[in-house]
Amino acid sequence: MSRILAPLALLWGNGRARIGLVMLGGFILMAVLAPWIAPYRPTYGGFAPMQPPSAAHLLGTTQLGQDVLSQLIWGARVSLMVGALAGGLVMLIAVVIGLVAGFLPGWVDDVLSLLINVALVIPGFPLMVVLAAYIPVHGVGVIILVLSITGWAWGARVLRAQMITLRGREYVTAAAFAGEGIVRIVFREILPNMTSLIAASFMGAAMGAILGEAGLEFLGFGNPQVVSWGTMLYWAENSSALLAGQWAWIFAPGLALALVGTAIAFVNFGIDVISNPRLEV
Amino acid sequence: MAKRFVFLVFTLWIAVTLNFLIPRMMPGNPAELMVRRIVGQGPVNPQLVHAVEIMLGLPVGSMAHQYVLYLGNMIHGSFGVSYTYFPYPVMQVIGQALPWTLALLGTTTIVTFVLGTALGAFAAWRRGSWFDTAATVTANFTATFPFFWIALMAIYVLGFLLHWFPINGGYGAGLTPGWNGTFLASALDHSILPALTIVVAGTGGWLFGMRNNMIHVLGEDYVRLAVAKGLGGHVIALDYGARNAILPNITGFAMSLGTLVGGSILVESVFGYPGMGYLLYNAVGDQDYPLMQAIFLLITVGTLLANFLADLAYGVLDPRARRGGESS
Repeated sequence: MSRILAPLALLWGNGRARIGLVMLGGFILMAVLAPWIAPYRPTYGGFAPMQPPSAAHLLGTTQLGQDVLSQLIWGARVSLMVGALAGGLVMLIAVVIGLVAGFLPGWVDDVLSLLINVALVIPGFPLMVVLAAYIPVHGVGVIILVLSITGWAWGARVLRAQMITLRGREYVTAAAFAGEGIVRIVFREILPNMTSLIAASFMGAAMGAILGEAGLEFLGFGNPQVVSWGTMLYWAENSSALLAGQWAWIFAPGLALALVGTAIAFVNFGIDVISNPRLEV
Repeated sequence: MAKRFVFLVFTLWIAVTLNFLIPRMMPGNPAELMVRRIVGQGPVNPQLVHAVEIMLGLPVGSMAHQYVLYLGNMIHGSFGVSYTYFPYPVMQVIGQALPWTLALLGTTTIVTFVLGTALGAFAAWRRGSWFDTAATVTANFTATFPFFWIALMAIYVLGFLLHWFPINGGYGAGLTPGWNGTFLASALDHSILPALTIVVAGTGGWLFGMRNNMIHVLGEDYVRLAVAKGLGGHVIALDYGARNAILPNITGFAMSLGTLVGGSILVESVFGYPGMGYLLYNAVGDQDYPLMQAIFLLITVGTLLANFLADLAYGVLDPRARRGGESS
């Protein structure tokens, strides 16, 4: 337990990271408690359509007469889930490729480094668009898959570099002399020393995934029946919400995305300061 | 140098091959999709599908045969016929969109790089000051906004409410593209909002990179020596600090350019700006696969070339890299 709590306490000590943690916690709470705090069901369409913000509908209603605020609260579930799942998958791929490349110099590293470099320079979003366009089903699962395939290179590169630095440390040599196997050395000796870096790349990947999902859904690659921040923006744009004066319908989901992104960036900033004290202001 | 060139050719080949493989790994065929779009949910006549296949010139034969044919077509710049703009070839459709994107993205890439790097260097130099705090917090915030959302808000406030700028398209209605004053003025007027959006969303990334590098460099011994020698603040900040700190920012070009390119697709789609991004958006909506593939390939090739040039610039700027030192 203390292995989880101790780093969290360290993060909490950093001002910016604390703000980030509180914000992130707020959004997670909102997602979990959605059925209780949302004023209406997000898909219930019995209200007057295209209403501007009012006391009954704080953010107005959609073209189908749904309550925008309720959609915003429920939408947090999909956006955060995609962030966590795609971020986790991306990190998993990055850890495996980065650690193997860093630990096995020679042709294994050469091949994997080439793979990392190629994946880094091929622009991710156009690739995502083409992949998503060819996959016949549209939905959250496909988006998570596409985000994972395209997003791992940056993390892998950072972890590989760190692995190369750590590989030469004395405790690793000592562990090898003590007869520990490669798997144990990598996962029990070296991996714990990379926790902050892995946490940072998970957060970065999650943020990239949340923004990527919103972008793909905005372009119409999502399942438009699912309520998420990306599909809200898709429907708002397709109903010409701005020209109808429905600014809140577009403003709110975008701001929510930006706030989640900022929260993650703040937490990452804290992680950065802890692992690299020179950056501290 | 030679190594970088080999890498460029290799990545180009990977991109071209991906472009070949992705459509073939997925189920369904474009002719069937096209027929299905016309007839709706009913049964699909196989003869009709075959006729459409021939009309679109869909590839036949073994995968290896198709691949060789495909590579040959790539070399000749032949990407087939667009489905939506049938019978115009894809390259002709793209030819009309390309200048718009080159102008918009070329300008904004340079502006964001210069602006972000300068602000980042200044923030690092005045580390802990109000400017540093304001710059990093603002950049933190803007870097996490979705590009298309900034675009939507810019349209609403600056275009719809204040009427400062036109809200849609690349030039005024009724104008024909050409090298005359009226058209160019209109085009410029229409591109200010998209450009502003990309600059606002894209500067943060450079700013952070530069600030962190610069703080790192300012902690080096040779900077301390410069201070001890009594050199002026300007000399230390620019000749000792920024000059060295800018190098990693140039290698970081790859990642940031990718983000910028991806973001501009969304920005163009929002503004209905007649460039490659908007064309891709429409191609996706119309299931115009040849057009989509060609755009993807061109965007990728453009990004790879820009990276290659950034790498070359790095080699010129950093003597260590020129001597063949490995920079990972």
